[in-house]
Amino acid sequence: MIEYSNLGGGPIPRHSASGLRSPREIAQAVSWSRRTFLREVTGAAAAGALLSLAPRGAWASPRGRKAVVVTFGGGARDEETFMPDGQENIPRLLTALMPRATFFSQMVNKGILGHYVATASLATGAYETFNNFAAVPPDRPTVFEYFRKDLNRPALDAWVVAPSNGFNRIGESGNRSYGRGWGAGVILPKRLLAAALSSREGPAYEHLLRDNYETPLYAPELGGHQVELHQMAEVLRLSVADFTAHARVLASPDELSVYIARQLMRQLAPSLLWITLHDIDIAHSGTYSLYLEAIQRTDRLCGEIWSNIQSEPEYANKTNLFILPDFGRDSDDDAGGNGFQHHRTGDPLSRTTWMMAMGPGVRENVVVERPTEPTDLVPTLGSILGFDARLSQGKPLPEVL
Amino acid sequence: MLPRDLKASQFAGYPPQARELAGGRVALLQQLPLGFLPLLLREIIVYDWKFPPERSELDHQLAYLESRSPADRRQLLAGFEKLRLPAELEAFDWVNQPGQFSEQLTTHLWATLQIDAFRAAAIDYVRTVNAAAPHTPPALPRLSIVVLGKDVAENKYKLFRKLRPQGVYFNHVRPENGLRILLDAVAARAQAHPAPYGHWYIDGGSEETAVGEGLVRFSYDSLAAARGTLQDKMQKTFQSGIGPEAFRTMLAGMRPAELGMGDAADAVMSRFQVSVLTEGSGTQIFSTTFVQWAAREAFRRAQPLTLMLRFAPRQRARPMNELLAETQRKPELDPQGSLVDADMGAYYTWLNQQRLAGADKSSFLVWFENHNEALAIGPALARAAESSSPVDLRQLVQQVS
Repeated sequence: MIEYSNLGGGPIPRHSASGLRSPREIAQAVSWSRRTFLREVTGAAAAGALLSLAPRGAWASPRGRKAVVVTFGGGARDEETFMPDGQENIPRLLTALMPRATFFSQMVNKGILGHYVATASLATGAYETFNNFAAVPPDRPTVFEYFRKDLNRPALDAWVVAPSNGFNRIGESGNRSYGRGWGAGVILPKRLLAAALSSREGPAYEHLLRDNYETPLYAPELGGHQVELHQMAEVLRLSVADFTAHARVLASPDELSVYIARQLMRQLAPSLLWITLHDIDIAHSGTYSLYLEAIQRTDRLCGEIWSNIQSEPEYANKTNLFILPDFGRDSDDDAGGNGFQHHRTGDPLSRTTWMMAMGPGVRENVVVERPTEPTDLVPTLGSILGFDARLSQGKPLPEVL
Repeated sequence: MLPRDLKASQFAGYPPQARELAGGRVALLQQLPLGFLPLLLREIIVYDWKFPPERSELDHQLAYLESRSPADRRQLLAGFEKLRLPAELEAFDWVNQPGQFSEQLTTHLWATLQIDAFRAAAIDYVRTVNAAAPHTPPALPRLSIVVLGKDVAENKYKLFRKLRPQGVYFNHVRPENGLRILLDAVAARAQAHPAPYGHWYIDGGSEETAVGEGLVRFSYDSLAAARGTLQDKMQKTFQSGIGPEAFRTMLAGMRPAELGMGDAADAVMSRFQVSVLTEGSGTQIFSTTFVQWAAREAFRRAQPLTLMLRFAPRQRARPMNELLAETQRKPELDPQGSLVDADMGAYYTWLNQQRLAGADKSSFLVWFENHNEALAIGPALARAAESSSPVDLRQLVQQVS
């Protein structure tokens, strides 16, 4: 739906907290607010002040390093996270993770604000422009292809855990120089669970099979390199019976994704693991309470992922964790939107997000205020792991290298 | 086809008043850019079912465009003129299907990263046209009353958190007969200041009986049959496997008769109610979303002088298939979650009221139903204040009237 549907009539915003500020000014203001708030809560310092003083972690050769990327999805606003009213929703991020992280407070997404295409853009380091609702692979090589081809890594060393069928093509691009055979294994836990259940068992698991409220009808044909149910036991050493028994006690699709990610870490210990969380996108249903619950759950799951990294011998002390939303949501001040419910206006707040980086070589409790872009993630991963993201549009982030 | 090729006969399929409006301005319409004209036609084509303020604003917009010199008009619309549009959009039947055109235009603008340019052009245009509009204050200072928290026995969520800076928080409200007092007050305003579509009452459950005359009123329950029909259509569409864009097109084209509302005496209102159900995400399944979105659309389109909302418990979150079968079963309700939803809905209602003319004289009252918490905002009331004095709803209405 086009924004500013009131072109042909209807009220026009007569007040705005953002006044006449430019998008750049608003993005900077968001960054400043985040920094100020984090400084109050955690005592975090600006990167510029500490650049020459902060001790570096032991720098190992790229070999042996691992990376986990978590998308804090789909789309959360500052009001419900890093602003004072939102503090209660993200206690783990603020108290357990932030003190160990370098926090990029002004990450501006200049691409399409649709979850699949935006997450694909994160994974390629370039703004993809395909139809968000089409089951197509990204045009440019993904981080998994760079990683595996440049470093000659086996297929089992790069994995994606994603929430729905819509993400099944994210592991492998359509690029001729990479593409087929060089991508990541993709696990769609909801799809596995649905396949594992008989119709009689379905109702007990309905909370885990929740659909996407924005596009409830979207169920494209699968065509990627996703793991099917019969492969699960072999790959994860997890029987269907154990899988469904454990799923019964989980609260949401994202809980299921993190459970599967944990199995992957324990059984295969991939060097590159990408977890796409998506519960927050229930906001599209317009129910603020469910949106808040999803943020709180995502915060808890991020804390658990970091704890897993620290407790798994294959990961402890050699793994960098990156947490970032794919994008934000519409501002309350934009009359063209409906606040938290959607991300349709393309306003500065829906484009301005953040990223948290942790692990070896990353300075702790530091806030980076300069503008960055989500496309910078893949080249940064390349610098850490030792591959060249040559077709990406971003640049490595020196603050974490 | 390009706008310069437009002819009056091409509006033959438009409803009578829309046909007259567009057919009489072909010379103007021919001069408007393709990135703009279909968006204007999307408003014109539904002119027959617009509320009086919408008609006035559209009339003004057309008159303003006609009053400009060609050079001024080109300058005003330069941002739209610069948009790069593909041949497929030129070939589209944008005269008769402007809504579908706008969907395709939106997809194209996002995919070609032109959405920000469009957004900037739209904001500039709306601001300029609005500045030239006659600023007539409302006949009566606006008043919104929101009742929330039905069936909540005990609450620990801090209510009115976003509204408290704007007014007085009352924590010793005597709740006796509160709903009746508020409904009577709204009815009294409607009787004293009759205006077409000027006074509204929207209920998230069933409408209270014995509500006075002169009120536009409907409820989630009163539209149960229409929602049931719509949910059934959505289910069938789901089973047919069409994509989300075709699904949205199907919803956008829905007419009252297709939802069993064919003989409604007031075509403007029945069209409005259908639009709430088909254009609002989540309005078909969650009563809290229904009330919030209906209020937003009422303010955006009808600009009422009085708006009373009553939120009721919505059904619990479940998989989409289950939610869409709501009318076929007795859903489990979530009063506490609904209270949180409604609290945000109240804030958005106040924001939307403040976007209208006369905002500096508007008033707002929100009450936790059958409890002792309320908040009042008005030109004569303090901001960010708190009152522990015992007060009843009648006294609160007097303070905001």
